[in-house]
Amino acid sequence: MNDVRVVAAGDAALVAEFDDRIDVSVNRRAIAVAQALRHASLVGVRDIVTAYRTVTVYFDPLRVDAAELEGQMRAAAAVEPDARELDGPLVHVPVCYDAAFGPDLDVVAQFAGIGVREVIDLHASREYRVFMLGFVPGFAYMGTVDLRIALPRRSAPRTAVPAGSVAIAGGQTGVYPSQTPGGWHIIGRTPLALVSLDRSSPSLFAAGDRVRFHEVDRAAFEQIVRAQEFVP
Amino acid sequence: MSGGLLILAPGLMTTVQDSGRWGQQSIGVSVSGPMDPFAHRLANALVGNARAAATLEVTLSGPAVRFDDPRVVAVAGAEFDLFLDDVPVPKARPMVVGAGAVLRFGARHRGARAYLAVSGGFDVPLVLGSRATHLPTATGGWQGRTLRRDDYVPLGPASPKRHRAPGHTSVTIDAGPSVVRVIAGPDVERFAPEALEALVSAPYHVSVESNRMGFRLEGPVLRHGVKADILSDATPFGTLQVPGSGQPVLLMADRQTTGGYARLATVITADLGIAGQAAPGDALRFVVCNRAEALLALVRRERPLLALEGAPA
Repeated sequence: MNDVRVVAAGDAALVAEFDDRIDVSVNRRAIAVAQALRHASLVGVRDIVTAYRTVTVYFDPLRVDAAELEGQMRAAAAVEPDARELDGPLVHVPVCYDAAFGPDLDVVAQFAGIGVREVIDLHASREYRVFMLGFVPGFAYMGTVDLRIALPRRSAPRTAVPAGSVAIAGGQTGVYPSQTPGGWHIIGRTPLALVSLDRSSPSLFAAGDRVRFHEVDRAAFEQIVRAQEFVP
Repeated sequence: MSGGLLILAPGLMTTVQDSGRWGQQSIGVSVSGPMDPFAHRLANALVGNARAAATLEVTLSGPAVRFDDPRVVAVAGAEFDLFLDDVPVPKARPMVVGAGAVLRFGARHRGARAYLAVSGGFDVPLVLGSRATHLPTATGGWQGRTLRRDDYVPLGPASPKRHRAPGHTSVTIDAGPSVVRVIAGPDVERFAPEALEALVSAPYHVSVESNRMGFRLEGPVLRHGVKADILSDATPFGTLQVPGSGQPVLLMADRQTTGGYARLATVITADLGIAGQAAPGDALRFVVCNRAEALLALVRRERPLLALEGAPA
């Protein structure tokens, strides 16, 4: 387990890098290092951020000796991760795949040479992993999508993708937590609120979570929207 | 004693900032905070605030504000003409203002961003532990946005006796192309071998398409080894991210938490404020240094600030 590389990102961050690929076991190692370092509550550390294959530790250069921190990162990376402890809970996400919510369903179906019904079944039939969060608060990069519907992102991003939109691109899937520009193919919408910064746990998703999408009809979608409005 | 500040004129882009929304990047929440962290701290130190207290970041053209109770105030960072009740006053010095006093920013001479600190700090609600404004997601600060005329921004309780001796200015802004030191990486190996030489060979100009998220830079082309795209990865303040065009983007305070382009080099902490003082059209000249040089530069930058803040230097 000594295949980690530690590189500097300026004088106030160190990055521990694992194999350069989207892979559950690689991602699990990055998350394991992050958890070990968070658990250690190191003085002068400002933030610990995992990505697909890396963990970045932000620190105050006047309070942290970079060489010492590098040693701590290497030591954490040398421990075999325990998948049972590391992988997060299974999060169930209702999705309405109505054409009104999934403007790119037809494009995806054409790419795959299958019907829209099969696209929905392929997307909703497997368990995904949250590899990382980024882009905007609460946006989870999940994978891996069935290769048949793994078309590349749109050449021209949309300027405004509605909040809750469920989308796919290049083998990844994700849900837009808020209205933002976006270049992924939109195939449905969830009624769940994904992010709320005034909650103690602001994001529905965390890196390492497992996710399943469940198809719901328009009536169920509206019902869940209303139910959330009454949450105090 | 808890008053507020009335915005008579907002200036071009005035936001509430503190030392940043740290600790939440793992769920995609940006750090935000001041573009010139040293000037923000200097302003706070001059009025006796804690270094994390919220200040107003003033951009290119400044506001006019009215106080409704006695306060100690100071402006640090970019050099503007300042007027207190129409009388010129110096920058980077603490001033006692009375109830009803009006502070007005006039012409700008050097730098892009000034910080207005008021004793007691700006008392806007904490969002995930920070008062910083993140404009792209309309988070934090005063209603998540830039200040407007007639906004009334509440201030925390003031203790006017705590302000420091006047006359201390420790952060200077160089004239001409500002020199910004970088450390190579984290993706330097993904670039052509001559990319670092190209980076330091001539100044880069800050494009008009620049904001608190990042500066688009125009200068020598930086070539990648194979491709510009990487698996999305962390993006510290001061990262030089290079898309396929070979023209770098310098990531600033409101940057996203991760990005998908190779990162050639990263500005050292000591020089973040120099970059943060650049306006569209200004030139930045990059110089490569190592970790030891970066640490020495930071100690030099911090020493007068720490003395002013009352911490052991």
